[in-house]
Amino acid sequence: MRHVLKNVTLDVEQGEFVSIVGTMGSGKSTLLSLLAGLTMADTGTIVVDGTPVSGIRNDAAFVFQNYSLLPWFSAIENVRLGVEAAFPAAPPAEQRARAREALERVGLGNALDRKPRQLSGGMRQRVSLARAFATGPRVLYLDEPFGALDALTRETLQTDLAQLCAERDRPVTTVMITNNVEEAILLSDRIIPIIPGPPACLGPSIAVELLRPRTLAQLAHDEHATHVRAHVIAALTAAMPRRGRPASPDAAAALRTAEPAKATGQA
Amino acid sequence: MKRVVHFLLPLCGIGMALLAWWAASAAVPDLPSPVRTWEESKIYILEPLAKRGESDQGILLLAYYSLVRVAQGFLLGIAIATPIGFLLGVSPILTRMFDPLMQVLRPISPLAWLPLGLVLFQKSEPAALFAIAVCSMWPTVINTMMGVRAIPQDYWNVAKVLRLSRTTTFIKIIVPATLPYMFTGYRLSLGIAWLVIVASEMLTGTPGVGGFLWQEYNSLVYAHILLAIITIGVVGFALDRLMGLAEARLRAV
Repeated sequence: MRHVLKNVTLDVEQGEFVSIVGTMGSGKSTLLSLLAGLTMADTGTIVVDGTPVSGIRNDAAFVFQNYSLLPWFSAIENVRLGVEAAFPAAPPAEQRARAREALERVGLGNALDRKPRQLSGGMRQRVSLARAFATGPRVLYLDEPFGALDALTRETLQTDLAQLCAERDRPVTTVMITNNVEEAILLSDRIIPIIPGPPACLGPSIAVELLRPRTLAQLAHDEHATHVRAHVIAALTAAMPRRGRPASPDAAAALRTAEPAKATGQA
Repeated sequence: MKRVVHFLLPLCGIGMALLAWWAASAAVPDLPSPVRTWEESKIYILEPLAKRGESDQGILLLAYYSLVRVAQGFLLGIAIATPIGFLLGVSPILTRMFDPLMQVLRPISPLAWLPLGLVLFQKSEPAALFAIAVCSMWPTVINTMMGVRAIPQDYWNVAKVLRLSRTTTFIKIIVPATLPYMFTGYRLSLGIAWLVIVASEMLTGTPGVGGFLWQEYNSLVYAHILLAIITIGVVGFALDRLMGLAEARLRAV
């Protein structure tokens, strides 16, 4: 049996936005599934908030890479599905209002009754986001949410997500998986590279000390952002397996000693 | 020009079949020719709803009797088959339990079920319905089961992350996703039900298209056998088309 992940410790503060960055196949999706309770670990336990994970929490929301919208429901009906499940006792009018509000927040106020096949990829992912936010979650898990979109649509949605996360009345603790370093810098408070295995483990986290919400234009010229970008890429490339040489946790350890004083977290 | 050819081709095919029939009737003395068949049958076709006696009714009336029985047996069959299909689709354990039984029951011909039906129900009407239901249920069971198995993991994930109740998952995810497969099953089941009704009417002599066919054979009026055969084919075709229309309507939703 292959060990996909081993000895993973992740500390996330309430309200923090943490990105786990790595290449394809490095075990990121598995890690997120385990965190969220979507899959169970074969061996070992996962403890979130002091309690062992045994299924999806009722205050958590999940956004998949491939929208996962039901094709026979319209946009608003898809969002309502989430609202009804999260607030079963609320009257239908209120549920509908919540769903509509969530869709308006993501800019789809005019497309409420459209079916997924009548929506573009970017719009479908917005519906997915609306469905996640409509349930008023305390924790949000995002699995490469914009991976299936073209680069331009991706940038638009990244900016929108940054806005959405910043304008919450209550802070939402968010764990996102991505292979796009820019995206991670735009959205996160901390970036954690994943060192591929098997078994994979997490590298030292790198803090992004800029106020949220940020814009891509702002990041292009910011000195701290440039520094973070270099650091993350270095962490990822140092740990990447080269021809003839397997992935090296030692390289990551060497990186740890060389890191600037601001980085926190541990592997 | 293209449209003309489009309609002409099937007519050519039918024409060739008529030719083959005519040649066969010339070779076999008992087999009536197309012309003779028409002469002897036209009263049934031209007065389709007449009732001159229990055994002497217009062709549409006879077809109507058969169709009523088909409807009853078919609906009974799919009412039993659809839940079974769902259960087998969601439960690998139940599938493993009942799969050998299903594989053995499936190939049993209606002609074998009918005597059993007569033993169970004594009368020929319920026996025929029993035979129709038992024979026609299998395509629905299998297609429904396959439909559930074919539900993409994405949809199951939605049910999981939204923490939907079992009932909600069933009504809002499983049923809509399986509907196209269910309808394929219904279409096939309807075809089998129509086959079975003809066979069971022949065996039990109840009034209907099959009953008429067997009765005319016994009365040595062979032209009416051919009339019955053509009617069976045309009605079967019409049923299939109607079911196809219903299916298409559903897809558009």
